[in-house]
Amino acid sequence: MRLYSLVVYVFLYAPIAIIALFSFNAGRHASDFQGFSVQWYGRALNNPFVMDALETSLIVAFITATLASILGTLAAVGLQGLRGPARAIFDALIYIAVMIPGIVIGIATLIALVTVFDVMNPWIENLWGDAEGAPRLSMGRGSLIAAHTMFTMALVIIIVRARLGTLEKSLGEASADLYATPLGTFRQVTLPLIAPAVLAGFLLSFTFSFDDFIIAFFVAGSETTLPIYIFSSIRRGVTPEINAIGTMVMLASLLLLIVAQLILRRGDRK
Amino acid sequence: MTQRARNWLLIAPSGALLLVMLVLPLSFVFVFSFGERGPSGGYVPAFTLEQYANLPARWTAFKNTLILAPLGTLAALLIAYPLAYQLAVRTSPKWKTLLLVLVIVPFWTSILIRSYAWIYILGGQGIPALLGSIGIENVRLIYTPFAVTIGIIYGYLPLMVFPIYVALDRLDMRLLEASSDLGARPATTFLRVTLPLSVPGVATGCMLVFILLMGEFLIPALLGGGKVFFVGNALVDLFLQSRNWAYGSAVAFTLIVIMLITVTIYMRLIARLQTGREDVAVM
Repeated sequence: MRLYSLVVYVFLYAPIAIIALFSFNAGRHASDFQGFSVQWYGRALNNPFVMDALETSLIVAFITATLASILGTLAAVGLQGLRGPARAIFDALIYIAVMIPGIVIGIATLIALVTVFDVMNPWIENLWGDAEGAPRLSMGRGSLIAAHTMFTMALVIIIVRARLGTLEKSLGEASADLYATPLGTFRQVTLPLIAPAVLAGFLLSFTFSFDDFIIAFFVAGSETTLPIYIFSSIRRGVTPEINAIGTMVMLASLLLLIVAQLILRRGDRK
Repeated sequence: MTQRARNWLLIAPSGALLLVMLVLPLSFVFVFSFGERGPSGGYVPAFTLEQYANLPARWTAFKNTLILAPLGTLAALLIAYPLAYQLAVRTSPKWKTLLLVLVIVPFWTSILIRSYAWIYILGGQGIPALLGSIGIENVRLIYTPFAVTIGIIYGYLPLMVFPIYVALDRLDMRLLEASSDLGARPATTFLRVTLPLSVPGVATGCMLVFILLMGEFLIPALLGGGKVFFVGNALVDLFLQSRNWAYGSAVAFTLIVIMLITVTIYMRLIARLQTGREDVAVM
């Protein structure tokens, strides 16, 4: 049994180790190792395309995670007190958002937004009066953030609601009995108690958005995110540079995970 | 402001986002699936069932998905279960968390990067070269259904281990002791006590993996090399290369319907299995 577990762990980590190993390859060719070098890390960090893609990915992931945790937390709190058909419809939408494959979300958003933009752009030009200088709606960071936020917000609602469900109702009642306003109760009682869940939702949203390839592939327009850059590079052949980028991305995710664990642990102890 | 008004205000922004970014786009897919392709791609309004009649043209993609998604789920389950069991039941509490985290960490890193590592391992200079050096020549692994299945197991194993671990971890050890005190052999205890009680975890894991696999694109794209493709790959081709939005919408809508039907049947089966076992659980 122990041996079996060991084999599974090797299976899980060998591919990651191979990428890390080949990122230090001195040679140009990806698959035979010709000596140790860190030159590909330098190349990757000095490649303007990589840096642009990284910047786009970080901005999109940060805005997505911020919006998703705020909107999701508000909705989770609002849904607590809501009953009836509105609640049922909202719940159904959340589950549809989570269940529908990312690829369908991607194509649906693409055709809907492109069609709506095609209708709206002439209107905007008319309103603007000047066809040249009028702002044009197009696929890009905005549509990507909107699509990512929709999906990750649904995740945040599920996570925060699970936490809210475990809270004692009497806490809120006690707070109200002591003349706290609803906002005061939320800020001083509810929010500190659900904070770990909100933070978990934020990190999950950030990681999802940063790693997502398939939705971005459809809705990012002319923008290139890091996963899109990596995918199109692999199509042209795996290089040590891509391995260096992959290793850095995996290390960053690992650090984020460790930091999150530490924060969550501290929150639990309080 | 009344409590009711406040609740509505709290859910209004996310409700609006769900309407604009989920309900509206999905309605477009539904409407477009009855349309026609424009002369230079895109969509022309129409009401025709032509796109649905043409679905058999992409039969291979549906066939591959419907064979490899359940197969991959089953393979991941068979590999995940013993590991989850080992972690939850046989590992000392001191090591449990660390070992579980080690299973989950890969899932938090990009599936794109983890999948392409297999291009090395299964490609010409990886395992086939090793086999060649011990005299087994001409083994082809990359760009085969086998490669795609390995990629699937690799990618989704953590997602399968976690819920099974949670179910097994909650297991009351006294039940296992009681079973053995009553003279049951370890195998009998496993089959009649442990396994039934872990069904919820198995059910959750299988459903998560299956749902994600039905829309999979990356793994077949990287490890199937255009030879083993899923519905997801057909959709990328239809929307980004041939720009046939009407037909692509019909394919996407059909995929959703197939998923809904399978998941509903699956959940009914699991629910029946659970109620059938209730008497055991209460005992």
